[in-house]
Amino acid sequence: MSVLIVGITVFVLASFVGFEVISKVPPTLHTPLMSGANAISGITVIAAVTAAGLGSTAVVEVLGFLAVATATVNVVGGFLVTDRMLQMFRRPGARDPGKETSPK
Amino acid sequence: MIELLYLASAVAFIVGLKRLGGPKTARSGNRIAAAGMLVALVVALVDADIVNWATVAAGLVVGTIIGVWGAIRVQMTAMPQMVAVFNGLGGIASALVAAVAVLEADLSALPAQTTLTILISTLIGAVTFTGSFVAFAKLQGLIGGNPIVFTGQQVVNASLLVVALGAGVLVMADSNPDVYWILGAVALIIGVMAVIPIGGADMPVVISLLNSFSGLAAASAGFVFENNALIIGGALVGAAGLILTIQMTRAMNRSLANVLFAGFGGGDAVIGSGEMSTKPVKRATAEDAAIALGYAESVMVVPGYGLAVAQAQHATRKLATALEDRGITVHYAIHPVAGRMPGHMNVLLAEADVPYEQLLDLEQADPRLPQTDVVLILGANDVVNPSARDDSSSPIYGMPIFNVDRAGTVIVVKRSLSPGFAGIDNPLFYNDNTLMFFADAKDALEQTLAALRDV
Repeated sequence: MSVLIVGITVFVLASFVGFEVISKVPPTLHTPLMSGANAISGITVIAAVTAAGLGSTAVVEVLGFLAVATATVNVVGGFLVTDRMLQMFRRPGARDPGKETSPK
Repeated sequence: MIELLYLASAVAFIVGLKRLGGPKTARSGNRIAAAGMLVALVVALVDADIVNWATVAAGLVVGTIIGVWGAIRVQMTAMPQMVAVFNGLGGIASALVAAVAVLEADLSALPAQTTLTILISTLIGAVTFTGSFVAFAKLQGLIGGNPIVFTGQQVVNASLLVVALGAGVLVMADSNPDVYWILGAVALIIGVMAVIPIGGADMPVVISLLNSFSGLAAASAGFVFENNALIIGGALVGAAGLILTIQMTRAMNRSLANVLFAGFGGGDAVIGSGEMSTKPVKRATAEDAAIALGYAESVMVVPGYGLAVAQAQHATRKLATALEDRGITVHYAIHPVAGRMPGHMNVLLAEADVPYEQLLDLEQADPRLPQTDVVLILGANDVVNPSARDDSSSPIYGMPIFNVDRAGTVIVVKRSLSPGFAGIDNPLFYNDNTLMFFADAKDALEQTLAALRDV
């Protein structure tokens, strides 16, 4: 199989996984879920570091730097802000925020 | 080995997303996904032939500082805007990556499918970027929430699309890099043009859809760089964002096409709102509200965006506790689209330590309303508008609402009589059993709490 066909196969299957995993979420969690998914879309940071590393001309360096920086903001900010939101969802009885680090 | 590690991070994303869907597992899910991201990033740093370490390191450091600063500094009420900004940055990153690919490689030497994915990544990434920032500006109040429409808009938009597609075809046929930049510039304009005609009330749907787009842009970048981790991560987000978007439009009883193209959700175009607003309303003071609440047996709080704006979640909780101390049952009715994002109210009330079991969704809360003595509406409007039930000419007709007019007494806390975010007048305000308490939600609650001590 060519790389393209493998890529398309992976894309289609991953899309179905995405539909299946998400479709049973209570509305309460929609905002953190959107935020968390948004952080995952920052996976483009992988392509960004590859592109920025090529760096043959000044223009490429500038664009590469911007790509890495923006993707990193997406990833770091996205996961942190999601964690901050979820921190607020304390279960009844679990009043101690310090003990919330490893929920099962 | 590299591929296996990428697979591990892809699995982490799937498990993470799955766990984000349950209240008990959500936080660990987010951390698992973050760990997967860290693995993928480290692998990419090791695997890629990076010659320009300084550029890469500078980008990572600057991005981390801005990301941490933004995430810590943002208030819970401004969360939708923050997600929009992060999302827009993710989109432009994918477009920039595609641009670098164009600069580094000779377009004519690339296989057609690679050129095509470069174009897709650029188009979607750029649209996501400007679209997200317009959504941010609308939510932040930098530009008006009303739909921006003008004569010939459809013609302009159609022309832009034709130019973008034409440029794409030219790049494919000629491998001319100059035309590529035209495509990028037009895509940026399309993002602006696509979002400005959509009313502020619909921004959550737009952000959700653009979130899906940024995933697709990342997946396209994955095709350009032949990287399965990117394709999987991007496809997952693309599908997840789409499902969320559809769920949100369903909660408003509208179709996605209606949200995107109907120019709905502003104040200017509503016929008759002027004449409605001259009708008399019953004004209430903090003392009136305290008396009504203090002698009730059951109270239902309906929070909306006004509560978020006023940062009134803690004041709400204090008043509710005082009422419960008097033996009054207090519940919260949470509409799926209350606030600016699904679950927005849940996050805010959770911040104020409101117990889960007091939060009722639409199906649970609505049947209780006829037996409820007092409904306290805090900055909500469209989700309690009886027009959605009674007036087939109303733009929100058919949207599921809380039928609060069936409760004993309704107290509406609102800053003014101006229409809500959707720009529609609310007949509820003129009912005999409705008391209008014109104030900032936080001030109103604190005054009512003080007055309650004397009741």
